[in-house]
Amino acid sequence: MITATSGNVSEIAPGAEGIERARNDFPALAQDINGVPIAYLDSAASSQQPECVIEKVAQYQRHDHANVHRGVHTLSHRATEAYEGARDSLVAFINAASRSELVFTSGTTGAINLVAQSWCRPRLKPGEKILITHLEHHSNIVPWQLVCEQTGAELVVCPINQRGEIDLDHLVQLMDDRVRMLAVAHVSNALGTILPLEQIVAAAHERDIPVLVDGAQAVPHLQVDVQVLDCDFYAFSGHKMFAPTGIGVLYAKESRLDAMPPWQGGGDMILEVRFDGTTYNELPYKFEAGTPNISGAVGLGAAVEYLRTLGMDRVARHEAVLLQYMVEKLSTIDGIRLVGTARNKASVQSFMLGEIHPHDLGTILDHQGVAIRTGHHCAMPVMDFFGIAGTARASLALYNNRRDVDRLYDALVSAREVFA
Amino acid sequence: MSSDIDDLRDLYRELILDHAKSPRHFGQLEDATHVAQGINPLCGDKLQMYFSVDENNKIIDARFEGSGCAISVASASLLTETVIGLDTARALEFFAAMVSRLSGRANETQGEDVVEDIDLGKLRALEGVKEYPSRVKCATLAWHALNSALRDIRQPVSTE
Repeated sequence: MITATSGNVSEIAPGAEGIERARNDFPALAQDINGVPIAYLDSAASSQQPECVIEKVAQYQRHDHANVHRGVHTLSHRATEAYEGARDSLVAFINAASRSELVFTSGTTGAINLVAQSWCRPRLKPGEKILITHLEHHSNIVPWQLVCEQTGAELVVCPINQRGEIDLDHLVQLMDDRVRMLAVAHVSNALGTILPLEQIVAAAHERDIPVLVDGAQAVPHLQVDVQVLDCDFYAFSGHKMFAPTGIGVLYAKESRLDAMPPWQGGGDMILEVRFDGTTYNELPYKFEAGTPNISGAVGLGAAVEYLRTLGMDRVARHEAVLLQYMVEKLSTIDGIRLVGTARNKASVQSFMLGEIHPHDLGTILDHQGVAIRTGHHCAMPVMDFFGIAGTARASLALYNNRRDVDRLYDALVSAREVFA
Repeated sequence: MSSDIDDLRDLYRELILDHAKSPRHFGQLEDATHVAQGINPLCGDKLQMYFSVDENNKIIDARFEGSGCAISVASASLLTETVIGLDTARALEFFAAMVSRLSGRANETQGEDVVEDIDLGKLRALEGVKEYPSRVKCATLAWHALNSALRDIRQPVSTE
């Protein structure tokens, strides 16, 4: 029987049943901010963690911690099992071909810098090019600028249109015989645009250009299969997918990793160290110098198991319906300007409201318990393209619901009153 | 709901909103003797402050341009109203008093004694930021730029 809460029933997207209960798994979402329940719409900056992740990390810290890959004692063995078990979970989650292809890093930024320094730097010659797009996050711009400065290579930027989309033909035109790397976002963090990766990768591979994908904003929202995408490198972060900060992943095809020298030297990445020469460890350990973020990896493994239980297809369906609801609701507000109106989008909506500066909006919304991101979203070139200093950005995750969007709407309406 | 929108009026007072919507002394000052840029990368505030100082160290004109949130623009606008007619030493006392009053951190005043007896007058309208820690730097941005300009510090100031 449908009861007084029937409004909740209609908000469940077909094929996403059960997702609405996931919100209860996140203790941070059960609190009040400024006297009202929190409406957390800033998951694109960092997501909250479910109880099972928090508990798994705590359990590891309490009972199982020691260094990994060393020592024969019980705790070292447990820590190694936990760390490598997390790797296995991630391999399955993104469908990597083998565990050799999954390198733990400090995050997306660390992963991209690793590729820039280890794959590109030894290969790049003056006059050669790295191709990116105008909608990239700073972490998929600056590492390439650095390697261009170091090698004399050139950074080429594919433009976007007013919707915030890439023109695929234009991008392909830019793939000339001097391009040595194509680095693109899977989902734009500022605009929400989903890039047509399969076509992009196919076009690049026809021209023997390796492709790195910044997947930080995709993995928490979409089903990602690196073998279907066929990209050479795929980078993502734990803290945007319900795991702790300081842990992330570089997926890379084994043939690429084999052809790369280590980036950082230290313990754990060696087989034998002698002063006349050192033998490096096998993959993926060659790229994991020093004691890694073990508890972070354990947390990320737990987050991935949580997502597999929920089902990424259901997560994606739930968010797609909710994003559409949010876009429609925001569109009805007087003076709203949506920034990022790509036809294929995920989880994010940037906007401006009248003449109100985004930072003022952020304060007024926070006062009403609504958490959004304001500013340039680490994508200053995107802001320059639209001729603005920054936007307000509401971003969704699996735990959001229509009430959160309604709260955003109400808070924006009252912001207009404050500035009336 | 205990979150009353009226509480926000303490931050966004009428005087602040008025100066944010109609900033005073807005624009470039061609014959400026002292110039500084203030940048707040967090929210993208970018202010260019211009001052014209005569041979007696008196500020005879002040202007600013740029873009920012309501708090940073209102603060810059109020700053220009305050410092025109002051000698530079007195203007720097206002800087010290404002930074100390808004942030509650005396050490940001670069070793100067905080002037306790200074009458902040309508600048008190900015005191609402004290309840909003992330907004204090919006309110102090123009003042840091003033300090930088009058002391001829050539680097843009950042409140990040």
